[in-house]
Amino acid sequence: MPDLVFKELNAKGTAFRALFVILAGLFLIGLGAAYYMEHSGHWVTGMTNQVVWGMPHVFAVFLIVAASGALNVASISSVFGKSIYKPIAPLSALLALALLAGGLAVLVLDLGRPDRLIVAMSHFNFKSIFAANIILYTGFFGIVLVYLWFMMDRRLKYKSSGPGTFAFIWRLVLTTGTGSIFGFLAAREAYSSAVMAPLFIAMSLAFGTAIFILVLLTVCAIDKRPLGTVLTERLRVLLAVFVAATAYLALLQHVTAAYWAGRVEVVAFVLLNGGIYTFLFWGVQMGLGTVFPLALTLVPRLRSHATLAFASVLVVLGGLAQTYVIIIGGQAWPLTLFPGYEVESSFYDGIVQSYAPSLPEILLGIGGFALALLIVAFGMAILRFLPVTLADAQIDPHAKKRLMESEEAVETA
Amino acid sequence: MSENCLSPTRRGLLKAAAGSAALLAPGVFLLAAPSPSKARPDDTATDSSVRWGLLVDTNRCDQECTACVDACKEEMGLIGKGRPATDAQYIRKVELAEPKTGFTRSLPMMCQHCSNPPCADVCPTGASFKRADGIVLVDRHICIGCRYCMMACPYKARSFAHEKLEDQAANNPRGKGCVEACTLCAHRVDAGIVPACVEACHAKGRGAMLFGDLQNPEHAITQVVAQYPTSQIRADLKTDPGVRYHGI
Ligand code: SF4
Ligand code: SF4
Repeated sequence: MPDLVFKELNAKGTAFRALFVILAGLFLIGLGAAYYMEHSGHWVTGMTNQVVWGMPHVFAVFLIVAASGALNVASISSVFGKSIYKPIAPLSALLALALLAGGLAVLVLDLGRPDRLIVAMSHFNFKSIFAANIILYTGFFGIVLVYLWFMMDRRLKYKSSGPGTFAFIWRLVLTTGTGSIFGFLAAREAYSSAVMAPLFIAMSLAFGTAIFILVLLTVCAIDKRPLGTVLTERLRVLLAVFVAATAYLALLQHVTAAYWAGRVEVVAFVLLNGGIYTFLFWGVQMGLGTVFPLALTLVPRLRSHATLAFASVLVVLGGLAQTYVIIIGGQAWPLTLFPGYEVESSFYDGIVQSYAPSLPEILLGIGGFALALLIVAFGMAILRFLPVTLADAQIDPHAKKRLMESEEAVETA
Repeated sequence: MSENCLSPTRRGLLKAAAGSAALLAPGVFLLAAPSPSKARPDDTATDSSVRWGLLVDTNRCDQECTACVDACKEEMGLIGKGRPATDAQYIRKVELAEPKTGFTRSLPMMCQHCSNPPCADVCPTGASFKRADGIVLVDRHICIGCRYCMMACPYKARSFAHEKLEDQAANNPRGKGCVEACTLCAHRVDAGIVPACVEACHAKGRGAMLFGDLQNPEHAITQVVAQYPTSQIRADLKTDPGVRYHGI
């Protein structure tokens, strides 16, 4: 591969400036929403004593899960030695950091006492998977930063596979940890399943790749950097594989649960008669977020950057729906306190809980997305994360040679 | 149905005489509750030779009665804002009905003061903790309001302070943004008095609740659980609750 010239984004471009202003605006609105919820207390949200985690958690978990998947491109280049991904590896690491920061910001801003963040950092209950996650997340920042430094420093460039491998392993553990937040809730029938951890890993790869593709396409478009098809073709295949794997594991999760005595009802709730949750599962997660993007990525006639972008947007939407079904649907289903009895109480025992997301919750979630993208934009404006061109001839000289050879062959003929 | 739960009543006695269920001998609870305990001086630590517990005789609990719930609200200063989905409830009445047989029961449900409390296991900061004497509490100074404990509690025993709180009871300092639950009236227990719900139930003449040290052979609760069948709710989860139920 010829030595690629990396360059900062042109921060003076109108498109970049417009984007930056929009993102900053969305982030500020999210902050305002968080302040409003915090100031008035959580009763102004859709969350209650029954559905205790709401929309902020859907966004936060989505972003955190996507963060580890976004690192995938860098992993393939360093860990699995696929040098073709090298030019886009630093961006992938930057995006991973940014998404994690966005997700954690949403999570923290939704705490009942965000002012006690320092308490969370200084009091650890090592039995808690949450506390373990705090360590995993902090570690992720550190490790990925070192990895980025190795990738971006000319002298260290060729030694980046060590930190790369470490980051790769760390991020697998991190996603397992995030999945385990739910896997450890023995009393909640929708959650406690061994499939949860691999499911979260598959989800992370699908969501992270989708967001990476969108960021890459957007950056190349607004900064007018040539982007060939050698890379995007590969990303397209990766996306398809990850989306299929996620759907497979999501189905497996329900099928295995259905064999579990006493779990049939909660499975039927999600798959058949859960109203909004059933609609989100089949309509948005499986239909819009799986079948549609698979068709867009796999049917040869449909291949273009535009369809790839569209497919990625759908994967993101499907992923949000999937996270919603897992988090909110799992809480909507009532806890079984007295098997065999019908129960009733002033505390909503025995009935499906209702939850209506409030606007501030959604705005906070979107603010988290905006923060992640702001970090990417800012990072790219001050440091050299991406080559000036990702044209096929630059990425894969052999592609050029092959092309020339075939042209020569045509000429001589 | 309500009078059926009142024991002794004519029907209750008839039922007991017919041997249909292992009802407690009439009066056992009334005679035994509330059981006295020694006050714990402020400067001493809680003691693991004690395991505070509660026994609920559901045969004596009346569907119409909310004495325990009312007493708890009063004691803990739980003034609702008329928003049932977000107002705190430390104790609630649960009505059970077995569809196949038509059998019904009414019982109070509160934090079960688990010996293996999932709430404390998942709490990231250690704010949820179990005292040596078995009472499970939330340290309001280090609770960050993440609500993971509420996700983990199998009994839906906890509430989140969803808004600013006024007119708090001195013995139950609460804080917006923190999680709270039944404390088994630790402040009373430490002073040698039974929990408010137990006292109210007793005062109403129900005697459906018995409080005491499950490890002390001299306490009525320990004797009763050794003699009569009692159950722990969701015993399959192995949380080993300190609250036991008779009659379900
Ligand atoms: S009942 Fe719930 S809140 Fe109480 S100790 Fe058990 S798990 Fe914790
Ligand atoms: S809400 Fe408070 S008590 Fe509950 S898990 Fe979080 S920090 Fe612990």
